[in-house]
Amino acid sequence: MWGIIRQRAACKGNHALNLEQGIRAIALRAFSSSAKQMTVRDALNSALDEEMSADPKVFIMGEEVGEYQGAYKISKGLLDKYGPDRVVDTPITEAGFAGIGVGAAYYGLRPVIEFMTFNFSMQAIDHIINSAAKSNYMSAGQISVPIVFRGPNGAAAGVGAQHSQCYAAWYGAIPGLKVLAPYSSEDARGLLKAAIRDPDPVVFLENELLYGESFPISDEVLDSSFSLPIGKAKIEREGKDVTITAFSKMVGYALQAADILAKEGINAEVINLRTIRPLDRSTINSSVRKTNRLVTVEEGFPQHGVGAEICATVVEDSFEYLDAPVERIAGADVPMPYAANLERMAVPQVEDIVRAAKRACYRSR
Amino acid sequence: MAQLTRRTTALQKTLSAAILSTRHLSTSPITVETSVPFTAHNIDPPSRSVETTPQELLTFYRDMALMRRMEIAADSLYKSKLIRGFCHLYDGQEAVAVGMEAAITKKDCIITAYRDHCIFLGRGGTLLEAFAELMGRKDGCSKGKGGSMHFYKKEGGFYGGHGIVGAQIPLGCGLAFAQKYSKDENVTFAMYGDGAANQGQLFEALNMAALWDLPAILVCENNHYGMGTAEWRAAKSPAYYKRGDYVPGLKVDGMDAFAVKQACKFAKEHALKNGPIILEMDTYRYHGHSMSDPGSTYRTRDEISGVRQERDPIERIRKLILSHDLATEKELKDTEKEVRKEVDEAIAKAKESPLPDPSELFTNVYVKGYGVELNKSLLELDLTNLSRFSVEQSLVLFSNIKLTLLVIDCISQSFGADRKELRAVLP
Repeated sequence: MWGIIRQRAACKGNHALNLEQGIRAIALRAFSSSAKQMTVRDALNSALDEEMSADPKVFIMGEEVGEYQGAYKISKGLLDKYGPDRVVDTPITEAGFAGIGVGAAYYGLRPVIEFMTFNFSMQAIDHIINSAAKSNYMSAGQISVPIVFRGPNGAAAGVGAQHSQCYAAWYGAIPGLKVLAPYSSEDARGLLKAAIRDPDPVVFLENELLYGESFPISDEVLDSSFSLPIGKAKIEREGKDVTITAFSKMVGYALQAADILAKEGINAEVINLRTIRPLDRSTINSSVRKTNRLVTVEEGFPQHGVGAEICATVVEDSFEYLDAPVERIAGADVPMPYAANLERMAVPQVEDIVRAAKRACYRSR
Repeated sequence: MAQLTRRTTALQKTLSAAILSTRHLSTSPITVETSVPFTAHNIDPPSRSVETTPQELLTFYRDMALMRRMEIAADSLYKSKLIRGFCHLYDGQEAVAVGMEAAITKKDCIITAYRDHCIFLGRGGTLLEAFAELMGRKDGCSKGKGGSMHFYKKEGGFYGGHGIVGAQIPLGCGLAFAQKYSKDENVTFAMYGDGAANQGQLFEALNMAALWDLPAILVCENNHYGMGTAEWRAAKSPAYYKRGDYVPGLKVDGMDAFAVKQACKFAKEHALKNGPIILEMDTYRYHGHSMSDPGSTYRTRDEISGVRQERDPIERIRKLILSHDLATEKELKDTEKEVRKEVDEAIAKAKESPLPDPSELFTNVYVKGYGVELNKSLLELDLTNLSRFSVEQSLVLFSNIKLTLLVIDCISQSFGADRKELRAVLP
């Protein structure tokens, strides 16, 4: 039993995972009710496995995806199963291998290119945007690019300024790209499968801190043909007083904030965006037309962020329905500091979301 | 083989065929020597003697004359403002395009940068598609949405047409990766210039191509100037064929179509067995970098005319044809006239082609999904109330909407930019 716990603790990646958490994970697994649990990591791994098995054109390329079993163990076991022709370890040359991936997609293969974090995608951003996103348009449909760029995005824990940026807003601005940001294991499985099957270039923004988190998962989600539609947001929690939009890790924070708000009589509706591009404007607008108040939550920099776009779209389409100014919660407008207290202040916390929701309801102080 | 001449209509009997039928020489082989021997790096060079046929010689002549004529016509069109934006001309470098095509098949892939008009032609593109695309018309190869730098012909194995210097090299290595993955036994020629030869991503891609033995052939078209910067000012080592270090390389006279053909044939055999190889084509462009560059501020007119006199690729083939008695001066002149006529006809036809339909603004952004619909209130327009709507209210046209004919003149060009006029449609 200790062996299993230690193994569980070890395979959760770079974080120092103490034994207590390992025990808790086992306990949850052993004593939870009939609903199965799955970590986001396992969800991504199983999605990759199933899509590679279904279509021989799908291959994975990136740093440490093969023999190392994946920097965050997302591609664990895939090298043994599919061989080095389909699980390709690359040198540390993002511009090179992203370009090679796009070229392979031009020819008709379906690459899944992993960036160890999306911070390193900036080395390859010319290929993502100029070679991948724009090609179908510039060639009037001759050259399509069925590629997926995936990897962890946004802040982790204590990794400093160069390893913590969120790229949702940058990639979300580009016509020709589809940008996905899963939260739960169901999201991770469904959206990754949809992304791999999609004939367009997809940027798939995961979150390192979510990899180890477990979510309940139904049998439908475990089916190999399961996928989620791109461009549809999910209403995680129905409400009537204020709409809170979030994506990725912030969905969990928004749900916690909604619980706290409920105790104070504010019934919040939480929308898990799931897709950043194309943004599900109709779900957001319908929700705001119902609640009349909006709080947008994101981890990334505030200026020109996802929240700014959501605010603009609501003002364009549902201005008369707003009873209060749109509240925007985003990461602090600073490079990510290292010190633990400063880092905590630079990233949205649950209390920030609660405070903003109360302001939107004119209930602050 | 005769890719371009094959496309001439049945009515237009080519002079080359006429010449050959009277001389009965079409299949007897001829051996030509390349202008200079090949210089090799880490490999044994191929022989200087190249096998060819009279048919091939005449085809080379005609194809290069066609390319030359097309580029010069594009120059005039640009000056009369029918072509806008960027226009990078290839005249002087025709031997590289023609020699390469002679050595490979349409299943092999070519990818290049923005100086792509002639390569497009070599891969099976038509003059009409080229001119229409340059003028931004809907009969263009990219339906007018790409422009000079974004010609593609996927069925001919031509993957563009890229504006970002150096990006095409990793893309080309990716094509080679896919060819190897699919076990296709074909190769990819990734072409770039001496300016792009210093790009970091070239070395990143070359390293991976060598590691994984990809059938990638990197072709440096060294015309000695990266825009306005001479090679000696940009590169510490201008021996681009040696830059691969552990990757073998060959330096080729790029003004000699037969040297190019021999080198490409050799490179294809090598790449299929041993992985990447670099070919440096020593060539020259008569025009400046693009139409906005006169091309004479960083090089002398004497240099340009010197190359034209001593090394012009078409002249070289003409001399070979005449010396082997395959055609007379007059017959070659007639071929040139024919080619000129073909180009003029294509331009006339391209000028008649309309601009793309406004609804094309929003097509092909994605393969799957997400068009636009009309603003609902405008869709429900009552025809009798049409006068109420000002010309500022603009419409996206769909083929199934009858309003198209009525309102076509009222379209203001701002509707793509006006968010209030559009709704994105989710699947």
